Amino acid sequence: MSRKAKRRLTEGLFNLYGFLVYGFLYIPVIVMVVFSFNDSTNNQIWNGFTTEWYGTLMSDSELWRILLTTVVIAIISTVIAVVLGTIGAVGMSRTDFKGKKLISTLLYIPIIIPEIVLAVATLLVIRKAGLGLGMLAMCMGNVTLILPYVYITVKSRLTGMDQSIEEASLDLGANRSYTFLHVILPNILPGVVSGAFMAFTLAFGDLVIVSFMANATTVTLPMDVYSMLKRGIRPEINALSTVILVAFLVGITASKLISSHIDKMNRRKGLEENERKEGEEDEGYEGRVIILE
Amino acid sequence: MKIIANKEYLKIKRRSKLSEIFMCMPLSVWVVCLILLPLCYLLFMSFMTKGPMGTIKYVFSVDSYVRMLEPEYFSVFKKSLYIAFISTVVNIVLGYPMAYFIASKVKMSSTLMLMLMLPFWTCALVTIYSFVIMFSNAGLINNFLMALGIIDKPIDMLYNNFSVSVGMVYELLPFAVMPMYSSIEKMDKNFIEASKDLGAGPIKTFFKITLPLTKPGIYAAIILTFIPCIGYYMITDMLGGGTTLLIGNVIYNQFTAARDWPFGAALSCILSAAIILMMFIYTKLGGDLDNLGA
Repeated sequence: MSRKAKRRLTEGLFNLYGFLVYGFLYIPVIVMVVFSFNDSTNNQIWNGFTTEWYGTLMSDSELWRILLTTVVIAIISTVIAVVLGTIGAVGMSRTDFKGKKLISTLLYIPIIIPEIVLAVATLLVIRKAGLGLGMLAMCMGNVTLILPYVYITVKSRLTGMDQSIEEASLDLGANRSYTFLHVILPNILPGVVSGAFMAFTLAFGDLVIVSFMANATTVTLPMDVYSMLKRGIRPEINALSTVILVAFLVGITASKLISSHIDKMNRRKGLEENERKEGEEDEGYEGRVIILE
Repeated sequence: MKIIANKEYLKIKRRSKLSEIFMCMPLSVWVVCLILLPLCYLLFMSFMTKGPMGTIKYVFSVDSYVRMLEPEYFSVFKKSLYIAFISTVVNIVLGYPMAYFIASKVKMSSTLMLMLMLPFWTCALVTIYSFVIMFSNAGLINNFLMALGIIDKPIDMLYNNFSVSVGMVYELLPFAVMPMYSSIEKMDKNFIEASKDLGAGPIKTFFKITLPLTKPGIYAAIILTFIPCIGYYMITDMLGGGTTLLIGNVIYNQFTAARDWPFGAALSCILSAAIILMMFIYTKLGGDLDNLGA
C-alpha cells in the first residue's frame, strides 16, 4: 500500500470513529425526539405518528410555569456568577492579599467534590443561617456550583491578555472602573461569554443542588422529570425537551452567525485602519526626518 | 517637583491597590460563606449524634464513622469505586481519540466541541431515560435483534452494572473530551514533526511524544469523570433500578428518607477527604487545576 493510501485510510477510519461517537451521544437525543411523536401514553413502545403531545404541551400551563421557574433560576444564577466571577478574577489576577491562595484553591472545590456533597453542605448552612428554602436558596446553590467555571475561563483569558494596555490606560489618567469597563472587559469578553454559556447550561440542567434547596412549591423541570421517573416519563416531557433543544440550537446558531459577522466587520475595519495608519506612518516618518535635520 | 510627582504617583497606585482588593471582596465573601463554611459545618455535623425522628443531638460522637465499617456499606463503597473505575477507563479510551479527532479538524474544532454539548441542551434526564426505552426487555434494541432473529430471548441490559456504566459514560464523555482536547490543541506540533524526521513511526511518536505531552489533559479528564461518577445518584436510580446502590445514593437517602444527617455528613466527609487527597496527588504530579474548568 502506498503511503498516501495508508494516510487516507487512517483518516477515513478516524472520521468513522468520530461519527460513531457522535452517534452514541445523539442516539438517545434522537430517541427522545422521535418518541415525542409517538401515538401512545406508554413511552416505551412505538405506536404510530402523532403531534398530539405538542398540542397538550401548549395547553399545559403547569409545565410552562415549571419551565419558567427553571429558566428564571438559571438566568439569575448565571448573572450573579458572571458578575462575581469576572470582577473577582480580574481583581485576583491584579493584586495580592493574605488568604488569596486559600480563596483561589477553594474555588475549585465545587468542581472536584461530588455535587451531592456540595448540596448537603449548602443545605446545612442555609438551614443553620435560618434562610428559608426556595428560589433564593436554589439560586445561591447554583451560583456556587457554576462560579468556578466562570472564574477559570475568565482567568485563562486574562493571562493571555497584554497587561501593558491596561497600564497605559491607568497611566493616561483613566480610573479603575473606566479601565475595567473600556479596556479589560472588551479584551476578556470572549472568555466571559463562553463561561456564561457553560454556567447557564449547567444551571439549567442541574438537579442535585436545586432539589436539595427547593421548597414544596418551587419545582424546576429536572426535578419534575425526576419525580415522574418511577411511572415513566409523560410524552409531553419529550415534546418539551425537543422544544428546548430546538431553542438552544436556534440561539447558538444565531449567536455564532452574529459573532462571525462582527468578526468580519472588525477585520474589514481593522484592514482599513491599518491602511490609513500605514499612510500616516509614512508621513510621520518624513516629519521625523525633518526634525532630525 | 520630582518628589511631588512621585508622591502623587504613589497615591494613585495605593488607591488602585485598594480598588483591586475591593474587586476581590464579593467573590471572597461568597467563597468563604458558601464553600468554606458549609464544608466546615459538614465536618462538624458528621461528629454529632442522631436524635429521634430525624433530629440532631449536639453531642460529640464518632458513631457515624464507625457505622461506615459495616459490611453493607463496605460493599457500597466497593461497587461505587468499581463502576466509577470502569466508566472512567471507558471515558478515557473513548474520549482521547475523540479529542484527537476534533483537534485534527482545525477549522471545525470549535463547532465540533460545541456539538459535543448537544445532549446537555435538553432535559438531561430525558435523554438518560432514552436508555431505558432502548435497553428494556421490550425495548428498541431487543425488539430489533429479535426481529432479525439473532436472539430469541431478550437480553437483560437494563438495571445492572452495564446500564449504569453506559449512563455514566454518556453523561460524562464531553467532560472527559474537553480537557484532553485542550491539551492536545495546546501541544507544540513541532515535536511530532521532529520525531517523524528522526525516523520514528507513528506508533512510537504517539507513545513517546504525544501521550507524555498530553498527560495533564488525561489526568484532568480522569478527575472530571471519576468524581461525578461516585456522586451521580440519579443515573443509578434510573438505570440501576434500585438494585445498584452507590455512595451518592446512600448520602441522598440519609438526607431524604432516612433523615440521618450526621451519617450522611460523615459519608460526605470521607468522600471529600478521599477526593482532596486525589487532588493533592494530581497537583503534585504537575497537574493544573485550571484544566478542570475549561
